[in-house]
Amino acid sequence: MKEARAMKKNILISPYGGLLLLALMLALMPLAVSNDFHYDLLTKICLTATVAVGLNLLVGYAGQVSLGHAAFYGAGAYASAILTSQYNLSPMVALLSAAAGVGVMAWLVGRPILHLKGHYLSMATLGLGVIAAIVLNNEEQLTGGPDGVGLPPLSLFGHELSVFGEYQFAGLTFTGVELWYLLAAAVLVIAVLLALNIIDSPLGRALRALHGSEIAAQVAGVDTAKYKLRVFVISAVYASVAGSLYGHYSGFITPTVASFEHSIELITIVVLGGMASTFGVIIGAAILVLIPQFLTDFQELEMVVFGAILMAVMIFLPRGLLPSVLQRLQRGAQ
Amino acid sequence: MSALLSVTNLSKEFGGVHAIEDLSFEVQRGHVHSIIGPNGAGKTTLFNLVTGLYQPSDGTVTLGGRDITGRAPHKLCEMGMARTFQNLQICMNMSALENVMLGRHRHLGSGALAAMLKLPGLRKADRACREQCRELMHFVGCGDYQDHAASAMPYGALKRLEIARALAAEPDILLLDEPAAGLNATETDALRSVIQKIAGKGITVVLVEHDMKLVMNVSDHLLVISYGRKLAEGTPEQIREHPEVIAAYLGGGARERQAREVPA
Amino acid sequence: MFSEFFQFTFSGITLGAIYALVALGFTLIYNASHVINFAQGEFLMIGGMGTVVLVGADLPLPAAMVGALVLATVAGILLHRLAIAPARDADVVTLIIITIGASIFLRGLAQFFWGKEYHALPRFSATESLSIGGATLLTQSLWILGIAVVLVVALALFFGRSRLGKAILATSMNKDAARLAGIKTQVILGVAFGISALLGAAAGLIVTPITFTAYDVGIMLGLKGFVAAAIGGLGSSTGAVVGGLLLGLSEAYTAGYISSDYKDAVPFVIILAILFFLPNGLFGSRAAERV
Repeated sequence: MKEARAMKKNILISPYGGLLLLALMLALMPLAVSNDFHYDLLTKICLTATVAVGLNLLVGYAGQVSLGHAAFYGAGAYASAILTSQYNLSPMVALLSAAAGVGVMAWLVGRPILHLKGHYLSMATLGLGVIAAIVLNNEEQLTGGPDGVGLPPLSLFGHELSVFGEYQFAGLTFTGVELWYLLAAAVLVIAVLLALNIIDSPLGRALRALHGSEIAAQVAGVDTAKYKLRVFVISAVYASVAGSLYGHYSGFITPTVASFEHSIELITIVVLGGMASTFGVIIGAAILVLIPQFLTDFQELEMVVFGAILMAVMIFLPRGLLPSVLQRLQRGAQ
Repeated sequence: MSALLSVTNLSKEFGGVHAIEDLSFEVQRGHVHSIIGPNGAGKTTLFNLVTGLYQPSDGTVTLGGRDITGRAPHKLCEMGMARTFQNLQICMNMSALENVMLGRHRHLGSGALAAMLKLPGLRKADRACREQCRELMHFVGCGDYQDHAASAMPYGALKRLEIARALAAEPDILLLDEPAAGLNATETDALRSVIQKIAGKGITVVLVEHDMKLVMNVSDHLLVISYGRKLAEGTPEQIREHPEVIAAYLGGGARERQAREVPA
Repeated sequence: MFSEFFQFTFSGITLGAIYALVALGFTLIYNASHVINFAQGEFLMIGGMGTVVLVGADLPLPAAMVGALVLATVAGILLHRLAIAPARDADVVTLIIITIGASIFLRGLAQFFWGKEYHALPRFSATESLSIGGATLLTQSLWILGIAVVLVVALALFFGRSRLGKAILATSMNKDAARLAGIKTQVILGVAFGISALLGAAAGLIVTPITFTAYDVGIMLGLKGFVAAAIGGLGSSTGAVVGGLLLGLSEAYTAGYISSDYKDAVPFVIILAILFFLPNGLFGSRAAERV
């Protein structure tokens, strides 16, 4: 009896139960929203959350800080832009090539920096991010410089997906904005599924061991350098794919996608939502995309309020929103 | 009898201080080999040198005839070496069972793609691993804590958890660094039987320990070091009678205490 | 040819002195509390913008300067009291986010109360520049160097001679032991934040006559100061000063001889190169990990 109850509880709080809940919420979201503006926000939340889920593998689970992750996001977006507009590749081929290229890039830069620890790793990733942003700003012939560069609409299997289009499926009419939301939601669900699979595997155990005790991991046979590099590459590829998609979605990108501020925003999402909590960081992403919307009435004070919220959450809920709330609920239940 | 582990002329300097100096010894296959010595004698440093956490300044270490000097810890694990730590190295962000499962790392496939796609072979192996690790936790006597968070476990259970994790690797040789420190008499007694069971499985055990009763009870062979150098070596009986050991290590009044603590 | 070189060297040393002061601020807080204070750059902004605003309120320049320095020092102490001290046991990343939150908060306040415009301050001397060997030397550069040297010496004396300075050193070496010796460590840490803010504000103030100031100048200056501190090995004061000067000079030579587009990348390229080869910075100690 007691065991049966424990089992039931396990399914409810198991990560895959959470995934089901997430998919359900995303699928039902169209019932709750009506206009293009809301769809736009939702799409942005899904794409941002995808980056955060990948970054969380690196920062939350493996305990390796990156203050330059926007560089990979920007690299994906710009690679897609350049490959589609200057080399005439189809968007999907460009997206995949960009992801592969960014993966290789992450592998190359990760090798020398990932043996650094703590603040030195923060410094190195931060430096790489800043350099990437400066390069994007200055290589005008390739990137369009500070003015940015345009991207063609995404096309899937020969069908173009533009935010301005209208599409017929099985007698139903969808706007481009709605379809983009569905695509971004599907990408997020896949991103979460893959992340959960990684966490729930020997690989995931090894990654969490890096955070828990690197020495324990080493003597248990984990090649720590190799695993750090692996998760760095995986999280970079997550960022690249989301970046490419964002580029096609917005149709236009500037170097700010790779800026230090954007890197900080990404790490903030992870820490705010809850390190090592895949669903927490999705909430974190939603909050960071939505806060500016709620603060439009106090536009002048947006930064003040945002900074204050950030400090307050981190001081009073240092483990992040979702883990702290869950912990309180659990304590309340006992 | 053949030597499984042999250490030859090993030295380690920290900024001019010799923590280990010109130390040589052999550990026979299947033995429980204890290393004793006063605090600061260099026992833990010796462990760190043998297990690859420190690079020796000089000398060689061989395992099963292969030179392993300065080899990375994870490579040594793959070669069948496992250890525990005096100051626990537990992943507090994981459950107790997961800590033990981490120990089986070398026996599990850990490809990124297989993990992402959750391939059936990987799942099956992981499920089997989970069962084996549950058994191991019972074996070392912390089976009650399987689904606890490691951070919620008492000290004594964590010490046993480390032994379970080390055993999960299915090592040929197991190095235990002060496993009885901080344990009460009953727990120490249980630990003794665990060590004997481990040795009974044919696993070679190297033990660093201060509890002389435990050491004298379980050891086949003893090495006494002081200030990083070898002081004496031999069977428990030989060590017990060794004048230099009694004088230098056990100190004044040791005979009486020893007679009380170590039933002949 | 040589005049050009002198020119770049002058501006490099000037810039370097500023970076050194920011790096010293980082070092001071890092030593005292092991926090990397990402809000350090905002103290520079408060130093510069505060003076501008107070001058705008018809205060004489010296009084405005003192006012801005006091304001920044108070901000530094409050930062510790309200944001760092309550989060004592937090993770390193969490502390980073807290200081980033603080930096956004301070920047936001500056933007709200002081506006988004760029401002300048008058130079401290009537004579604007001197000519040395064909190179132009701004008198403000001399002010910057002079004040930087005075501050560095004062800091060294403070830590070497004064009881308060020694209490900060003791706290940074071993908090628990310091507490047992009767040192109020939380007060001491607050003082360290205050001094660090004061240093930053002074740097921001003296550089304003030649570089302009605005609510968001703290970001880049802060990051470069962090780089200078890391070059020096995070925690070494000598390292911070050397790191600052090294950065300033390399930036000036790059801007002069190679490309001014990439001058902002220089500090980061240097720090990456150093970290690749010397993982603990130029002056960091390499301690074996205790197991």
